[in-house]
Amino acid sequence: MTISGVALLAICTLFGAVLGDLLGMMLGVKANVGGVGLAMIFLIAGRHWLVRRKLLNEGIKLGIGFWAAFYIPIVVAMAANQNVVAAVESGPMVAIAAIATVLACFAAVALISRMSGRTETMDEIEAREGTLTPKVAQQDGLGSVVR
Amino acid sequence: MIAEAISHALRVNALLTAFAFVGLVMWLSAALSKYLTMGRVHGSAIAIMIGLALAFWGGIVTGGKSGLSDIPMLSGIGLMGGAMLRDFAIVATAFEVDVEKAKKAGLIGAVALVLGTILPFIVGALAAAAYGYTDAVSMTTIGAGAVTYIVGPVTGAAIGADSAVIALSIATGVFKAVLVMIGTPFVAGMIGLNNPRTAMVFGGLMGTVSGVSAGLAATDRRLVPYGALTATFHTGFGCLVAPSIFYLIVRLIVGN
Repeated sequence: MTISGVALLAICTLFGAVLGDLLGMMLGVKANVGGVGLAMIFLIAGRHWLVRRKLLNEGIKLGIGFWAAFYIPIVVAMAANQNVVAAVESGPMVAIAAIATVLACFAAVALISRMSGRTETMDEIEAREGTLTPKVAQQDGLGSVVR
Repeated sequence: MIAEAISHALRVNALLTAFAFVGLVMWLSAALSKYLTMGRVHGSAIAIMIGLALAFWGGIVTGGKSGLSDIPMLSGIGLMGGAMLRDFAIVATAFEVDVEKAKKAGLIGAVALVLGTILPFIVGALAAAAYGYTDAVSMTTIGAGAVTYIVGPVTGAAIGADSAVIALSIATGVFKAVLVMIGTPFVAGMIGLNNPRTAMVFGGLMGTVSGVSAGLAATDRRLVPYGALTATFHTGFGCLVAPSIFYLIVRLIVGN
C-alpha cells in the first residue's frame, strides 16, 4: 500500500524531530539538534529491515519515492520564501564564500588523489576489459538520481 | 469578473497554485538548462536561482520578509516550501541510500565525505564572520550552506536563524554547485580526475549531487556513478552534524 510508505516516512521524520528536540533540551540549546539527519538514519534502517524481511513492496517504494522526487521543487519553493532583499544588502559574501569553498575542495581532491598513489584510469580499465565505447551510453548515471 | 473568479480560485487553492507555479518554474529551468547552457548548468540549480530571484522581486513588491509568499495569490508557496514538507522530502531522499553500496566507497570515500563537510563549513563560517555575521547561529547556518544548499536551510531552521541568513546560506550553496558544474572540466586534469577512485573522492568532497553529476558528466560521463555514490551521502551527513556537533563547537568558540 502506498500509504505504508508515506506513513513510514512520516513516522521516521517525526521520530527524528522529537529526538532532535530532546537532544537540544538536554544540551541546553534552543534548537533541533540533527533531527533531519537522525530521521534519515531511521529511514535507512527501516529500509534495511524491510529488505531483509522481504517486505519491501512497490507501494512502499512509491509512497516514499514520490516525496523524494518532490524534493527539488520543494527546495525551489523554499528559496522563493526567503528574505532575499535583506540578504542582497550584505554584499558579495556569497560569492566569496562559494569561490573559496570550491577552491579549497578542488585542492583537497588533488591532494588526496596524489597521496593515495596511482590507480587505473577509466580508459585503462575499459581497455583491459575490452568494453570500449558501446557501454559508455549505458553508464550515464545522470538519469537516475538527480538532486 | 473573470479576473476575480481566477484570483479567488487561486487563493482558496493556494497549495495547488504553488504546485502549478513551481512546476512552471521547473519546466522553464529545464528548458534554459538545455538550450541556454547546453546542459552544463543543471536545471535544478537554475530553478533555485529563479526561486531566489522571485523572492527578491516579491520582497521589493510587497515590502514583506517572506519573499514570494507575501503575495496573497502565492501564499501556498509558503506552505510548499515550509519546514514541514521540506524536512519530509529531504528525509525521503535517504531511502535511495543502499547500505551495501556505501561499503563500496570504502575508507577513502568516508574520509573525503568528512573532509568535504568540515572544509566548506569552516570556509563558509569564516566568510560569514568576515562580513559581520559573528553570532554562532548565523556563522553555523552560512557555513552549513557552503556544505550544500540543503544543509544550510535545514540547519538554519533547526537552530533558529534569520530568514535573510537562510537566504544567504542557500545562495552560497547554489553558487558553489554552479561553480562545480562549470569548473570541473577545466580543473579535471590538474586534480587527476580520470579514474573511479578520484571520482569517489571528488563526490565526497564537493557534495551537492547536482553539481557533482553535472560536473563529472561534462568531464567524463563514465565517472558520474562513482561521484554520485559518495555525493549521495553528503546532504544526510551534513544535516546530521551541522545543526549538532558543528553548531555546538561554533558556540563554544564564539559564544552566543
